[in-house]
Amino acid sequence: MSSLALVLGFLFLMGAFFKTQVIQNKQYVMQSEENRLRPIPLPAPRGIIYDRHGEVIAENLPAYSVSITAPSVDSLRGALAQLASTLQLDQAQINNAIRRYRRAPTRPTVVLPDASIDIVSVLEEHRLDFPRLIIQSVPKRYYPDGSIVSSFVGYTGEITESDLNDPKYASYKPGQDIGKAGLEKQYESILHGKEGVRFDEVDARGRPVRGQGPRPDLDAEGAPPLYTNIDLDLQKFTAGIFGDSLQGGAVALDPHTGAVLALYSAPSWDPNKFTGGIPADYYKQLLEDKRRPLVNKAIQGRYPPGSTFKLVTTVVALQAGLVGLKEHMPVPCTGGYQFGNRYFRCWDKRGHGALDLEGAIKHSCDVYFYQLGLKIGLAKLIAGGISLTMRDKSGVDLPEENQPYWPYAVDYYNKKFGPRNWSNAETLNLAIGQGANSQTVVNMAKFYTALATDGTESRPEIAHLVPQRKQIFRLSADQHETVLNGLKAVLEGGGTAAASAISGVVLAGKTGSAQNTGGEDHGWFVGFAPADDPKIVVCVLLEFGQHGSRAAHIAAAIVSHFLHVGPVAATMDEG
Amino acid sequence: MSRPIVSDYKLLGAAVLLSVFGVAMVYSAGQTDTPTAVAHAYKSQMLWLLIGMGFAYAVTHSSVRFIEWMTTPLYAFSVFLLALTLVIGKGAGTAASTKSWLAIGSHRIGQPSEIAKVTVVLMLAKVLSARRETPRSLLDLWKPAIVVGIPWLIIMLQPDLGTGIVFIGIFFAMLYWSGVAWPLLLLIASPAISLILSFSVGLWGAWFFILLALVLWYKPFLIEGIVLMVLNVATGVVAPLMWEKLAPYQQNRLKTFIDPTADVRGSGYHVIQSKVAIGSGGLFGQGYTLGTQKRLAFLPEQHTDFIFSVVGEELGFLGVAIALALFLWLFLRITQVAERANDSYSSLVAYGLMSGWFVHVLVNVGMTLNLMPITGIPLPFFSYGGSFMLASWLAVGILMRISGEGRGSAMSLRGY
Repeated sequence: MSSLALVLGFLFLMGAFFKTQVIQNKQYVMQSEENRLRPIPLPAPRGIIYDRHGEVIAENLPAYSVSITAPSVDSLRGALAQLASTLQLDQAQINNAIRRYRRAPTRPTVVLPDASIDIVSVLEEHRLDFPRLIIQSVPKRYYPDGSIVSSFVGYTGEITESDLNDPKYASYKPGQDIGKAGLEKQYESILHGKEGVRFDEVDARGRPVRGQGPRPDLDAEGAPPLYTNIDLDLQKFTAGIFGDSLQGGAVALDPHTGAVLALYSAPSWDPNKFTGGIPADYYKQLLEDKRRPLVNKAIQGRYPPGSTFKLVTTVVALQAGLVGLKEHMPVPCTGGYQFGNRYFRCWDKRGHGALDLEGAIKHSCDVYFYQLGLKIGLAKLIAGGISLTMRDKSGVDLPEENQPYWPYAVDYYNKKFGPRNWSNAETLNLAIGQGANSQTVVNMAKFYTALATDGTESRPEIAHLVPQRKQIFRLSADQHETVLNGLKAVLEGGGTAAASAISGVVLAGKTGSAQNTGGEDHGWFVGFAPADDPKIVVCVLLEFGQHGSRAAHIAAAIVSHFLHVGPVAATMDEG
Repeated sequence: MSRPIVSDYKLLGAAVLLSVFGVAMVYSAGQTDTPTAVAHAYKSQMLWLLIGMGFAYAVTHSSVRFIEWMTTPLYAFSVFLLALTLVIGKGAGTAASTKSWLAIGSHRIGQPSEIAKVTVVLMLAKVLSARRETPRSLLDLWKPAIVVGIPWLIIMLQPDLGTGIVFIGIFFAMLYWSGVAWPLLLLIASPAISLILSFSVGLWGAWFFILLALVLWYKPFLIEGIVLMVLNVATGVVAPLMWEKLAPYQQNRLKTFIDPTADVRGSGYHVIQSKVAIGSGGLFGQGYTLGTQKRLAFLPEQHTDFIFSVVGEELGFLGVAIALALFLWLFLRITQVAERANDSYSSLVAYGLMSGWFVHVLVNVGMTLNLMPITGIPLPFFSYGGSFMLASWLAVGILMRISGEGRGSAMSLRGY
């Protein structure tokens, strides 16, 4: 009886141990490993961004991050209070660290994403006093050409709370860097490497234990490089022309592929100052700058395209067979055009006389295009503009691009002004690139790739991708020749940009001035060269440039630099 | 009075194997990544083992009659030492607020309660064996009740819940061995059962009616019966008040027993870490001295209360089974010794010592798997501690002597 009780008692214990040790073994092995293995994330270097010749646009430099592991928020607060003086932490940094901790308490909490070497060396000296501190060498994004490339490359920064709530960033952890703008954002999924992990063995108090970790490290996998179509040399040249005094945007494309050779918005900003947190004073300075450096004038700014748009009107009319190549409009230009009870002025009040299409393009005669617009009719003009992608984003691979403004149909005016409260005068405005029409620099450049070729438009692409091309119009050989001759004539004697002719290469293009209610008109120039075998399309918008001739001068400089031909013939002040 | 006897090598062998196993585990317990004082514990443990074996050897050269003659003074002395702890007692380890240690200044000498576990068994055996016939009523039990009750009260005042449980276990086991009928044992235990069941009114009510039926059937004296029922009512009502009186750490331990995950970082931490250590040991363990839970200090009290968790983690189920088998072998052997003892005193002493160890093993080992509340009682031959090692080997000596003097001598005991 007594012995039986003993045996039963021991069998009971044995059974309990068997259950725990053999049957539930896996579960407890896992718990035991969770106890002692502290995963330390190893940040992966972002993919390097190259230009078309292998020049580096964005790379990674070694930096040091300081993070801390804590079992609780209170413990983290205590540790931060202890470290505040050594690390020179301000309250915002402390709050940031606590926010990161709350998001992912099991991850080491990043305190300083980019610690100075002074701080790191002080910390290393006191390493034993702070066993939970982790000092890591981490890759830091660096742009060797800084503000020259920020217009398209963007910048990186720590992922925000709202990003973390976005399903797109489901796999991201607080403290990680993501692309915030430009290519960095557009190609985040490619440029973002695969974070590795190192398992540190720690004791019950969280102190790292010396010796080989029981689990092998998973090395961080760097992202593959991103090859772009950018010509860094041309980009630098473009930025150099704008310098500190001019403001505006410029886009240079390969007309056959849409490859973006250069894309610049002036004034620019320094992306290297943005990585690892934008300094408040620098950000304030950018925000308060009247020249609005944070608005990308190549892809975000929308401006009335002015006379550069007359080529859209031209193509719509030619395609519809509404105008003969040598045909004159009913009313010759005497410096203006009477329509109903309103008098519409030509930009040149001296008048152009009777012009055919080529002459009208050369002189940018408003009176000719008023009448051409009336011939087309509002509905057809709007539909034509839409089919010539005036209402679409260019599709450039940048996340910030704005969609241009262009009426969706005649109904637009009914909705805007009421069915009887507008007149056909709107047609006149639209025909010369004014009115309900605002275009981005990049979209105008895109349209001119079609003019430079057989009507085939190429989507602007910064990254080296498969070209996306689409024929948006078809002209007969005669029609094409007439249009091209008109565009060439713009830079010939008497043309609106005659002063920007380049010796050694024929530049074809069109000037424009966008009426600006807030000040001086903006100047446009869109063109391509060599005119008979285009290698480059350039679109320049010069804010407050008054007239397109100054923009043409910049475009001509870009073209001649790219084609390695002689300097621009004349000075900028003319025209 | 020295009379050579035939040694019980099987009993001795089990005790020696357990002790060697134990010292080896104390050594392993000291092997941590951040060295602590525990690293040296095995040395003093070995010293205590040798001293204990010396005592045991000396005891085997005395006689049971001499032990019986010494019983009363030894008991009185140990009760005196226990009482002394209430005046100059010190705490240690997790039970720092208790007074179970005798100390001069800050130097701790020993825990009298460990010695008392042996002397109470001796005294209880003497009192129970003095009776001609087995106790039939509660009144017959006043003497043994006092023998256990005095030291038990002192221990509960220290307070040391674990040792108190051991004393109660010994008391009931020895009453059972002396032939007390089970209904009577149940009647004695009834107030305690009422205490436990009082947390649920329904359960307590059901128990009360069972008890009433038992009283009517067993027919003790009328007054006894009434007193018993009153006591049950009293404890049933008093229990919640008692709960309030428990020290917070004792309350926490009992609460943790019910749900160890309720307070992961607090008192539940010990049990969870112990289970993790044991569970991760698997069939063959992580290897001697290599247990990570222990090495990295996740396992608390790894050389005292939770030493069996180290066995589980490092030697796996195999090591656990060997340790438990050794204990079972020892206990079965002692039961046999008790059955074949020459006289009822010897038999009761043997059975009492065995049952004391059994309660220790059951509670301590059960605690590592959260089958028992954390009462902080050590594992015989394993847990680090001088007093208990001495007391245990003193007991081994007494058992060897009883076995040697037993009927047919130890050599004729076959079958184990």
